[in-house]
Amino acid sequence: MSPEIEELYQEVILDHSRRPRNFGELPDAAVLVHGDNPACGDEIHLAVKFDPAGGLEDIKFTGHGCAISQASASLMTMKLKGKSRVEVTEMLRAFHDLVTKETSESPKTLGDLRVMQGVRKFPQRVKCAMLAWRAVQQAFEQGSGETTVSTEPA
Amino acid sequence: MNWRASARVADYGVHKFAASRVDWHTIREDFPILREQAHGHPLIYFDSAATSQKPRAVIDALRNFYEHNNANVHRGLHTLSSRATEAYEQARQRVAEYIGAASAQEIIFTRGTTESVNLVAQTWGEKFVRKGDVILLTVMEHHSNLVPWQLLAERTGARLRFVPVLDDGTLDLDQLPSLLTPEVKLFAFTHISNSLGTINPVAELCAKARAVGALTLVDAAQSVGHMPLDVQELGCDFLAFSGHKMCGPTGIGALYGRAEILDSMPPWHGGGEMIVSVTVENSTFKKAPHRFEAGTPNIAGAIGLAAAIDYIESIGRSAILEHDSELARYAAERLTALPGTRIFGPRAERGALVGFVMDAAHPHDLTTFADQYGLAMRGGHHCNQPLMRRFGVSGTTRASFYFYNMMEEIDRMMEILHAAVRFFS
Repeated sequence: MSPEIEELYQEVILDHSRRPRNFGELPDAAVLVHGDNPACGDEIHLAVKFDPAGGLEDIKFTGHGCAISQASASLMTMKLKGKSRVEVTEMLRAFHDLVTKETSESPKTLGDLRVMQGVRKFPQRVKCAMLAWRAVQQAFEQGSGETTVSTEPA
Repeated sequence: MNWRASARVADYGVHKFAASRVDWHTIREDFPILREQAHGHPLIYFDSAATSQKPRAVIDALRNFYEHNNANVHRGLHTLSSRATEAYEQARQRVAEYIGAASAQEIIFTRGTTESVNLVAQTWGEKFVRKGDVILLTVMEHHSNLVPWQLLAERTGARLRFVPVLDDGTLDLDQLPSLLTPEVKLFAFTHISNSLGTINPVAELCAKARAVGALTLVDAAQSVGHMPLDVQELGCDFLAFSGHKMCGPTGIGALYGRAEILDSMPPWHGGGEMIVSVTVENSTFKKAPHRFEAGTPNIAGAIGLAAAIDYIESIGRSAILEHDSELARYAAERLTALPGTRIFGPRAERGALVGFVMDAAHPHDLTTFADQYGLAMRGGHHCNQPLMRRFGVSGTTRASFYFYNMMEEIDRMMEILHAAVRFFS
């Protein structure tokens, strides 16, 4: 087994892809974002409920796709629940750096999300890892209702 | 022999079938890239349906052209220009012979299959297709033989119809009588499906189209380098293919069109090379094929393609078909026996590829994993989104073969897939 593949598919990631957390519908969601990675066929349907201060009160997702996209969504929902909009934006930037920048020191605030670091050795898989994050970003921008986001800008 | 039997002969090249006595291991030595390693493992290249590797003969032909003969074509009176022009037009002749065209004038050099289909859609289509006309396609078409027709339909008000695909990956030909009606102006379909490996009965489909007055366009991208093929036996009006899937360079391909149809078509791109005379007001245009080759063409590419044809013919397409079919049959058999695996496409004759999905891993995880062991496969929708939807999957993993692949490599693939099952489940 190559070290790169072991790092990409850490046990935590495989576990989250097999048994995704926060997987399911959120009946009283404020926003529903359909995220799509057309190059791969990964799909994430992300439902978000905001608290009165505009933070993330609850977040759930459904969808299908590769282990990286599903595990990333699962880990993200666990991490972001209860976070403010500012915190989410900061974390999005830190996560993007984590999976794209070879040199970046991964910030402690990312916690469990740091298991996704192996993606940086696989540039073709960055979109898979980022799909759920694009969806949550879109959820904040949209604020309410139903919308779509794609990793391939049309 | 009735027409159906003769169609089968043309489709499957059975009349040219010969017992293969080729030493495939020696042939493999002609491909320098196959000595590469990936992640410390010997390369197993199972992505030839995307692009084939190139033998030394083709690489040398390109080098030789640039080192000894490079000049522009059809316009210089000097020595090099004459040599380049001669080599370029000889390449056209070589392509014509290779696919059984009546004359070299029926061969237009293009960048590949996609450009060939677009050329027909934008010249023949613009002139002859009107509102209410029908372009008949199939659900298994590559996007390159679908999107150009969608664009034409938008511009003209023509309608598209699709021959459905059955669960076994073959066309639902029972539906043909209701689809192939006199409103159909063109029936455009693939010879071999790039996802399913289905080999369509081209001669039969062409005969049926002709009976209702429709023209036919065959996408031969996956067949032209893999099996004997003769456009006159098939009875098609257009045939499109790429050089890079048949040992040739990228950026070169061809469109075959029957001479009388090509001559009825308006020019496509305007520019040098394609004109007889130009005034500031207007121009008169050359006949086919030069009418459709504006600007300096891919001269080296055409010469490389001719070298690829020479190389393939030195092995023999019947022998290649036999070898490729054995590989595909063996791979399909082994994959079928792998628990939790579903393979797509017909059980009988199939082109040199197998598409499959595994319960244990998504195609992208599987291809990433396989790559770590030097195994190059493709995972995804293979530019076949409507077909993927038809089979209820977002994508498949595809192992595709060519004559430089060996049975041992399929055994190695199976070991790697077993390891993937253990790793991901």
